[in-house]
Amino acid sequence: MDLSINIPGLNLKNPVMPASGCFGFGKEFAQFYDLSELGAIIIKAATGEKRFGNPTPRVAETASGMLNAIGLQNPGVDGIIEHELPFLTPYKTPIIANVAGSTLEEYADVAAKISNGMVQALEVNISCPNVKEGGVQFGTDPELAYEVTKKVKQQTDLPVYVKLSPNVTDIVSMAKSVEQAGADGLSMINTLTGMKIDPRSRKPIIANQTGGLSGPAIKPIAIRMIHQVYKEVKLPIIGMGGIETADDIIEYLLAGASAVAVGSANFKNPAVCVDLIHQLPETLDKYGFTSVQEVIGGAHH
Amino acid sequence: MIREWMRIVNHQEIAEKTYLIELEGEISTLVKRPGQFVHVQISEQYFLRRPVSIADVSPVKGTITLLYKVMGDGTEALTYKQSGQSLDIVGPGGNGFPVHQQRGEQALLVGGGIGIPPLYYLAKQLTAKGVSVKSVLGYRSESDLFYVDEFQSLGEVQITTNDGSVGEQGFVTDALPPLNSIDYYYTCGPTIMLKKVKEELINVPGYISIEERMGCGIGACFACVLETSESCGKGYVRVCSDGPVFRPEEVIL
Repeated sequence: MDLSINIPGLNLKNPVMPASGCFGFGKEFAQFYDLSELGAIIIKAATGEKRFGNPTPRVAETASGMLNAIGLQNPGVDGIIEHELPFLTPYKTPIIANVAGSTLEEYADVAAKISNGMVQALEVNISCPNVKEGGVQFGTDPELAYEVTKKVKQQTDLPVYVKLSPNVTDIVSMAKSVEQAGADGLSMINTLTGMKIDPRSRKPIIANQTGGLSGPAIKPIAIRMIHQVYKEVKLPIIGMGGIETADDIIEYLLAGASAVAVGSANFKNPAVCVDLIHQLPETLDKYGFTSVQEVIGGAHH
Repeated sequence: MIREWMRIVNHQEIAEKTYLIELEGEISTLVKRPGQFVHVQISEQYFLRRPVSIADVSPVKGTITLLYKVMGDGTEALTYKQSGQSLDIVGPGGNGFPVHQQRGEQALLVGGGIGIPPLYYLAKQLTAKGVSVKSVLGYRSESDLFYVDEFQSLGEVQITTNDGSVGEQGFVTDALPPLNSIDYYYTCGPTIMLKKVKEELINVPGYISIEERMGCGIGACFACVLETSESCGKGYVRVCSDGPVFRPEEVIL
């Protein structure tokens, strides 16, 4: 069974990678399995300076999912290059750096610094719902999305994947906008803004009040958006949102994703990514496929 | 840390809404220190695991004992699991309490409510080393009492209850023994209690164990971070993987 997939800048031995923010910088998961088995690794977002993030509580459980409002806590791009990436580079797995910022200049600065030969692609995070400045405002306005994509492209020779926010009325216009700006691919979707209130305290559980909803609860939205975007845009898509089973992966590929990222399921089962990779051949066979490639966009034929 | 299906060998209510569950499996051989925790998957229906501290370890039976309190739907669902069934567990997590005290020294354990359980395994380890242990245990009311005999078999115990139904009425900080004889203190309980204990015992070296809502429980998601004092390195710690036990001067509560 051929699990390999080639998308710009990335020759993936299989289409499964952990999603940004759910996997730190890999170290913690290396005690559960060999990270070289992964198709790729998307590391936690990098900003120009180190960020402490939001007050706690930062997570809350919901029906079929969870809310989080971490707030882009990270050691800053220099800290990541110096202290985090050296651990990952020996693994035989491409690394995708997630680039975030509050201003166009910060995105540009992070993209330039992290394109130093240690990572194979960039994922531009214009969709974090949990920070006051930047993040999602770039992801909800097609013109700003265009600007930030163009700016990042100018700073790097690496392929640039733009991570789209589902918190918009017209996902296709967002995708078209970043395509015109020169993006090499799309990641979709980031979390949906949500809230949970504790009846005892009568207040939102998350200190930030709102958080990003992830987990199986958002999968149908992601599938719908990928299906819409695949029809209108030529860019390859890394699909994500609530993946827990190999059947979920098939569904994403059929909708039009070329690869998939697994997010909060890593919290339930720290070895979920390799478990899915091992289950994928049998599942492809079950539905009559002989490769991952032939599944992509199958729902449109 | 590993993930395994541990077999339930004992599960019973030991106080109001407070349950003891004993689990058999390899994780019991991996516990290094008292104060570590395991991350419990209750069922497919509950998306996040629940961190529960280890109250005891039996190397002979190959089991760990957890005590938990029903706090919501998830822990309520856990009460229906029966002996013979298995639970999906990741652990042991965190670093726990260092047990470096010497024979003849005096330790003070201060526990509140469902923060008391990890202090039991700690008390056993300390007394085994010849450290003398005094415990101050705070409960809400008489019906909430658990493990009092177990602590009494290891040393002097002072009980406090919020309503005065047993022991001294008030909080653990109202019943602290004279501090001049104490070499170290160890505490676990609600943050508001830890804060008061830290203030009262400012001149005694100690360790505090902190509870926080967790995501991954292995140090990757940054859900359970805590701000540290300015003098301490990175400016933050992760409760799950850097803790849950810290020096009181290290963290801002």
